[in-house]
Amino acid sequence: MAEFFNTPGGIAVLILAQVLAVVAFVMISLLFLVYGDRKIWAAVQMRRGPNVVGVFGLLQSVADALKYVVKEVVIPAGADRTVFIMAPLTSFVLAMVAWAVIPFNDGWVLSDINVAILYVFAVSSLEVYGVIMGGWASNSKYPFLGALRSAAQMISYEVSIGLIIVGVIISTGSMNFGDIVRAQDGNLGLLNWYWIPHFPMVFLFFISCLAETNRPPFDLPEAESELVAGYQVEYSATPFLLFMAGEYIAIFLMCALTSLLFFGGWLSPIPGLPDGVLWMIGKMAFFFFLFAMVKAITPRYRYDQLMRLGWKVFLPFSLFWVVFVSFAAKFDWFWGIFARWTVGG
Amino acid sequence: MSVFAFYLFAISAITGGLFTVISRQPVHSVLWLILAFISSAGLFVLLGAEFVAMLLVIVYVGAVAVLFLFVVMMLDVDFAALKAEMAQYMPLALLIGLVILMQFVMAYGSWESAHGAAEQLAQPIPTDRHNTEALGLIIYDQYFLLFQLSGLILLVAMIGAITLTLRHRKDVKRQDVMLQMSRDPAKAMELKDIKPGQGL
Repeated sequence: MAEFFNTPGGIAVLILAQVLAVVAFVMISLLFLVYGDRKIWAAVQMRRGPNVVGVFGLLQSVADALKYVVKEVVIPAGADRTVFIMAPLTSFVLAMVAWAVIPFNDGWVLSDINVAILYVFAVSSLEVYGVIMGGWASNSKYPFLGALRSAAQMISYEVSIGLIIVGVIISTGSMNFGDIVRAQDGNLGLLNWYWIPHFPMVFLFFISCLAETNRPPFDLPEAESELVAGYQVEYSATPFLLFMAGEYIAIFLMCALTSLLFFGGWLSPIPGLPDGVLWMIGKMAFFFFLFAMVKAITPRYRYDQLMRLGWKVFLPFSLFWVVFVSFAAKFDWFWGIFARWTVGG
Repeated sequence: MSVFAFYLFAISAITGGLFTVISRQPVHSVLWLILAFISSAGLFVLLGAEFVAMLLVIVYVGAVAVLFLFVVMMLDVDFAALKAEMAQYMPLALLIGLVILMQFVMAYGSWESAHGAAEQLAQPIPTDRHNTEALGLIIYDQYFLLFQLSGLILLVAMIGAITLTLRHRKDVKRQDVMLQMSRDPAKAMELKDIKPGQGL
């Protein structure tokens, strides 16, 4: 049996099995993320939320997904059919593809490449195409306006996300997620993680992630009071399901990124406790909880405020931070907490 | 395996390029162009230049092509009329194309590659150093001044573009965030005690 896994066919089977494991993990967590999102939202508004299908309504998402799949796909008469169908596929596939480089534990990663963080950044910068294509192909005014808004918004916040990531890369000296997490290892537990040296950037990153994934308070592309539902207006049944799934998977990816970059990934926060995959999943769930809470408690931004925040506040601040981190790392300021090259890559 | 990947990427790059030119709908052209960009990024990965590949995707696909798409989507041009007009320039275009082709053929015929260039091409990808690191060392060490200079040129171009297009319109209502934030109930509201039956 062990010999079989060394042959090309065996390696292919192994890789396929690993891919399936990651996809299964993401898809199953997706079902409960949607459920959790709705439950948290309901709890904040003192409602009960989904509570009919299954125990505590746990199977609500399964029922919803089934409902979407069996419904009829409606394609508007004036729509560009190919692009119209391709848009949700793009959005979903790109959201899934980024998980190829996310490690869940030391070495538990599909593809341990050197430029992992750039890869995630590249894939998340492509995610805007699903939205633009969907908005344009619908051949309708609201979706088009939503798509334009979304394109401008996602590009704007990508800039600051990129600069924040550069700071972390400078501290680590590597673009590999494994190295970034290992550089945060130490005998002080959670005090060793990057959230202390990169403290203000944690907030900027979190807020940029909200804007990048079109989550409230930055969900202007689908602002229902102005644009009905933005780029999703004309979508129904399975294509809509794919859009929604892609959106949630992208959010979950951002949760994983936050925990890897600033909160030590799979490392245990308390010295002495073993590190492991459960810490990683726990951190991701915690950040998803924060995402859901932000959705529940913040009112929507105005579009010009959103753009101003991105370009006039986040961009200069994160640019300054890159320069600051470079100096701090080079000259070992602050007892060398910014330079972890010896530990990491 | 990598041969298969090469042909996959190469064929999709060429298909993308071809359909960029011949597709009738400009938005489709940009989408095909994106396919060509991504395929060439795949070719870079096969060459072992994963950093360049990722930059290609981030810069060209993630930013430049989005702007293309942005502009093309908003254009409202009658492409049928444009195409008809284009047909009368066909002979001239063919002539220019022919001249350029001839020049290429002539240049390639007398092409002499530099000493040792052929061996360089066939060298395996070095494994002792990441190509991100190698690229950084070359750019920030050997070609530091040239790199800074190209950055300066970009800066000048950016400032030029901004000054050319910037105009202050007086008739537009502007949002002053500081002014809006500094509003409080005392400034925004006036409380009046109105007697019944009298009005203001």
